[in-house]
Amino acid sequence: MTRIPLAALIGLVLTSAYFLAAVFAGFIAPYGMAEIAGDSWEPWSSTHLLGTDSIGRDLLSRMIYGGRTTIFVATAATILSFSIGCSLGFLAAVKGGWVDQGLSRWVDLMMSIPSLISALVVLSVLPVTLPVLILVMGLLDATRVFRLSRAVAVDITVMDYVEAARLRGERQGWIIFREILPNALSPLVAEMGLRFIFMVLFISTLSFLGLGVQPPLADWGGIVKENKEGIVYGIPAALVPAVAISTLAISVNLVADWILNRTSSLKGGRG
Amino acid sequence: MSEVLLDIKNLKIEATSYPPGEKPRNITLVDGVSLTLEKGKVLGLIGESGAGKSTIGLSSMAYGRGGVRITGGEIWLKGRDILKGGVVGLRALRGREVTYVAQSAAAAFNPAKQLMAQVVEATLQHGVATRADAEARAVVMFGKLGLPDPENIGRRYPHQVSGGQLQRVMTAMALCSKPDLVVFDEPTTALDVTTQIEVLAAIKEAIAETGVAALYITHDLAVVAQVADNIMVLRHGKMVEYGTTRQIIEAPVQEYTRALVSVRSIEHVEKPEGAAAILSVAGITARYRGTKFDVLTNVTVDLPAGQTLAVVGESGSGKSTLARVITGLLPPSAGRITFAGRVLPAALANRTKDDLREVQMIYQMADVAMNPRQTVGTIIGRPLEFYFGLTGDAKRKRVQDLLDQIEMGKGYIDRYPAELSGGQKQRVCIARALAAKPKLIICDEVTSALDPLVADGILKLLLDLQAQEGVAYLFITHDLATVRAIADRIAVMFKGKVVRYGTKTDVLTPPFDDYTDLLLSSVPEMKLGWLENVISTRKMESAGN
Repeated sequence: MTRIPLAALIGLVLTSAYFLAAVFAGFIAPYGMAEIAGDSWEPWSSTHLLGTDSIGRDLLSRMIYGGRTTIFVATAATILSFSIGCSLGFLAAVKGGWVDQGLSRWVDLMMSIPSLISALVVLSVLPVTLPVLILVMGLLDATRVFRLSRAVAVDITVMDYVEAARLRGERQGWIIFREILPNALSPLVAEMGLRFIFMVLFISTLSFLGLGVQPPLADWGGIVKENKEGIVYGIPAALVPAVAISTLAISVNLVADWILNRTSSLKGGRG
Repeated sequence: MSEVLLDIKNLKIEATSYPPGEKPRNITLVDGVSLTLEKGKVLGLIGESGAGKSTIGLSSMAYGRGGVRITGGEIWLKGRDILKGGVVGLRALRGREVTYVAQSAAAAFNPAKQLMAQVVEATLQHGVATRADAEARAVVMFGKLGLPDPENIGRRYPHQVSGGQLQRVMTAMALCSKPDLVVFDEPTTALDVTTQIEVLAAIKEAIAETGVAALYITHDLAVVAQVADNIMVLRHGKMVEYGTTRQIIEAPVQEYTRALVSVRSIEHVEKPEGAAAILSVAGITARYRGTKFDVLTNVTVDLPAGQTLAVVGESGSGKSTLARVITGLLPPSAGRITFAGRVLPAALANRTKDDLREVQMIYQMADVAMNPRQTVGTIIGRPLEFYFGLTGDAKRKRVQDLLDQIEMGKGYIDRYPAELSGGQKQRVCIARALAAKPKLIICDEVTSALDPLVADGILKLLLDLQAQEGVAYLFITHDLATVRAIADRIAVMFKGKVVRYGTKTDVLTPPFDDYTDLLLSSVPEMKLGWLENVISTRKMESAGN
């Protein structure tokens, strides 16, 4: 398949634009992240393309640096949650019995507490640094990934080819990574697109509540928080991050859909 | 000259296929097939999978499954062209004038509703009868089809009756609206031979009594010979031969028909006794975890090195469980297994790499026995790497040798399982088992999912490989024709016990025990009137008792 469908192309262009802006923030941003460049809440102009924020920092620069933080934290947390969730989920499916019961019930317990509340509790005790944030978000989200990967893997472990591998004497690692993972990839990739966006929303929410990324470091949730008073006066600064979050969400999912289509049409792949 | 009911002229049926990475293309499923069916007659449609027999059967109600389109020809039913009747015409036709009996009754019934509600549904839908009349008629049909307690069976749910009974309930459903034509789509294929014969007799009697015409679709020529007046042989969507049942069975004209009639022509002379046993199963009793029911009770059999032991029985007799015990997947609660002079540890986890290597397994469904994301080279190469440490070119060369040995040759090594035919998939599974250089291969219904001619090829291959490599087979099957073709010894299993065990000649020579007698006499033979003979013999016997 050489042709990329239009929807996927739009998603791909936007997603890569966001990621490139995040990576090269230092080169693209017209002003420094914490640099006071004008009066507070200046309107959009040629010197400040998106205006300035509540204390006069260039909003476009804040958005670009903020995007870097948000996307980095979300990506790292997604990778963490998938590594932990998938490994444990597959292990539970392959081992069954007490391992499965123990892990599944523990996950149920975790999921019975709303993740935002557990995050708030943990973060109010621990020092709020980026590694701690990523760890907390990744671990909380791993429970959701565990559920999905276990459900998918349970279907696959009863297949004869997994039994054949067991009869051959293969180790658990081979069965999980060579027999199950390739056949579970399609639903997991789709889930990854969704989970990444949930992570972006999660970190933004935490920052908005003041327990996420700490100032002066910029991030999208924090920008909303800093500029929310402006909405009363008709100043759109708080809406800019909202637009960024929603366009990123849509474009990432367009790409995930396309990857899903491609992988599920692979030879004999699961639908 | 009786009246023509169904007249199909020059039928053409197409579908669009979407191969990955290529442009969609049209494929022709049925091309230029014509047939006529008179009132009260039965036409058998026979062919291997993909021959278009089900597609033709469904076309008599102008239905195409999943994107299948009728693109040419005419279908006349009772003097009108149903393809021109539009949706309204079809709705009046389906379930009223033409009805359908599906292969898998278990999947065709709604598990949440009582049987009676489902049996009379179409009849009520079409307003043919009131509910009371329809239910009374259904009860009569239940009785005719030999179902136990016809008055009350309709109040049961699908899971409360057996597979063979469910198939008969579905036949009652099809006959309830007094249709002119019933399409039977492999109604007995999923049943055990001992059940198949009952259902077959019931269907035949019901057809004769109601005077309905029928299209009987099957891949088993011996079955269709018992019920059909005429037979059409199909291959690749084209008609091969069309004639009376007698002519097709006794004097087939076409090469392909002759092959179908003479299939299972393998003559296998059993090997002499006296070879030392490679596998001894002694007093095995086993149950599944959490159950209180022994699936196997005191099973004792021996398999001499380089020979074939066939384990025969109907579904639920415990034959596959025996395989699970031997492979170590299900540790038995009593008894032991001796293999090549040593006692095998009961649990898989305690077996050495050599224990595992020397006992290999081939499965019934080759599709799910191979990882769909691995190439043939990886699938066959893995045991070579795992057991013998072969890598790179040495591994690839050995894989190619194995492919040559299973008569597949070059060009397959980089393919995925989805790019192989059913027979080729099973061959790759055989190669994977051979790669481990085993002393014993357990074959679990390896030919049951294959068409007769393909299955024949697989059996020949297995016999050749046994001659070359001296490997022993434990061959699990419900098909006695297969047993005759391949076995040196036979163990007949019934309800978890071995009821008869010995060399092939001993087991297949009278006097029989009751169960073996029932099993042997239930295997359809390619003779006219076989069904009537068996049924009348059984009636006489039960009357004599």
